[in-house]
Amino acid sequence: MTAALLTLADSRLPAGGHAHSGGVEQAIAAGVVHDPGSLATFLRRRLTTAGVVAAGLAAAACAGADPAVLDAEADARTPSPALRAASRQQGRGLVRVGRLAWPSGSWDALPAQPHHPVALGVAAAAGGLTPRDAARAAAYLSVSGPATAAQRLLAMDPLTVAAVTARLAPEIDAAADSATGELPAPTDPLLDLLAEVHAARKDRFFAS
Amino acid sequence: MPPDHNLDDYVDPYPPGHRRGGPLRVGLGGPVGSGKTALAAALCRTLGAEYDLAVVTNDIYTTEDADFLRRNAVLPDDRIEAVQTGCCPHTAIRDDITANLDAVELLESRHPGLELVLVESGGDNLTASFSYGLVDVQVFVIDVAGGDKVPRKGGPGVTAADLLVVNKTDLAPMVGADLDVMRRDSAAVRKGRPTHLISLREDPSAATVAEWVREQVRARALSHA
Repeated sequence: MTAALLTLADSRLPAGGHAHSGGVEQAIAAGVVHDPGSLATFLRRRLTTAGVVAAGLAAAACAGADPAVLDAEADARTPSPALRAASRQQGRGLVRVGRLAWPSGSWDALPAQPHHPVALGVAAAAGGLTPRDAARAAAYLSVSGPATAAQRLLAMDPLTVAAVTARLAPEIDAAADSATGELPAPTDPLLDLLAEVHAARKDRFFAS
Repeated sequence: MPPDHNLDDYVDPYPPGHRRGGPLRVGLGGPVGSGKTALAAALCRTLGAEYDLAVVTNDIYTTEDADFLRRNAVLPDDRIEAVQTGCCPHTAIRDDITANLDAVELLESRHPGLELVLVESGGDNLTASFSYGLVDVQVFVIDVAGGDKVPRKGGPGVTAADLLVVNKTDLAPMVGADLDVMRRDSAAVRKGRPTHLISLREDPSAATVAEWVREQVRARALSHA
């Protein structure tokens, strides 16, 4: 069980996550994130909004809820068109590798470009994991991607960034557990706005 | 023969999941400024009338290369896709090819008769190489001005690419580069794989490289016949 969860949450799983900054590229451009402290604040804020939403959706998808319904629920919880597109892009990437990694008939129930958390839940189920595992993977991924992006963009000390992420572990677990069995809907207008401004830029390294 | 050696019933447990036929995909990699975009433009000009073709660019920061191709009217807009690489041009063509696969598949769905896709990497270093999950064959482009020691230094691009292109031969006298040394060193490290010494300035059609691409298209068509 644990090995499948580690594989699913591994940043080296070729699902396309490395090209997404989770809003951190624009947060850096706006001056919101500039050092380890402000990065931790950003990650905590993302975890308790987008992360919790993703965790709830992933757990529900893993538990066998109708993916089409969850996909609509994800749309309703993602007001920013740019973030919807980014989520669907990553969902598509995860389906591509997930189908090969964890063969299962349940992939066929997904829309062509599902929201990432929905695809993550299906992958977790196909890998023999529990809804709680799926939620934890979703919550962890909501901070691990942006943390790495900040490290690259600000040339931060990778050891410090690892410490920032590691010290968030209890909060990540708590956020995931609180979302399991629910479909929470907290939003963060700042993340939505950053995403829209970012999508309109031509000079960006990251897709989102 | 023991029963578990019966290969008649063998089923490949790892079928190539995301690839079913489709156009020949050619990777164009190499260091910054060696002429990857110029080569892509030349191939588009020379082969555009022969093949249904499209290009994916992997600029590290901007849409400069895609804009160059558009500006030179080499290809219409709907045949060029640019991907973001998250500060890691290398990752995007080798370790996690998702964004590039998305771009190629988008072009394939937009142009169902597509026969050839050029995937141009962001400028990288001598260790850059494409995953064969993304491309069928790859071309590594270096240039004479980078120094005639480059082939000897090797690296996966120089040694293992299906075609090595040494561009800007017209600059050799100006930069004191010995083309014979480059030719000899390339042959030594590439173990029979082809190397083309060209000057896109003197031959903007990239005739020899275009002919090599034609051979690859034909070989792929035969292998899927």
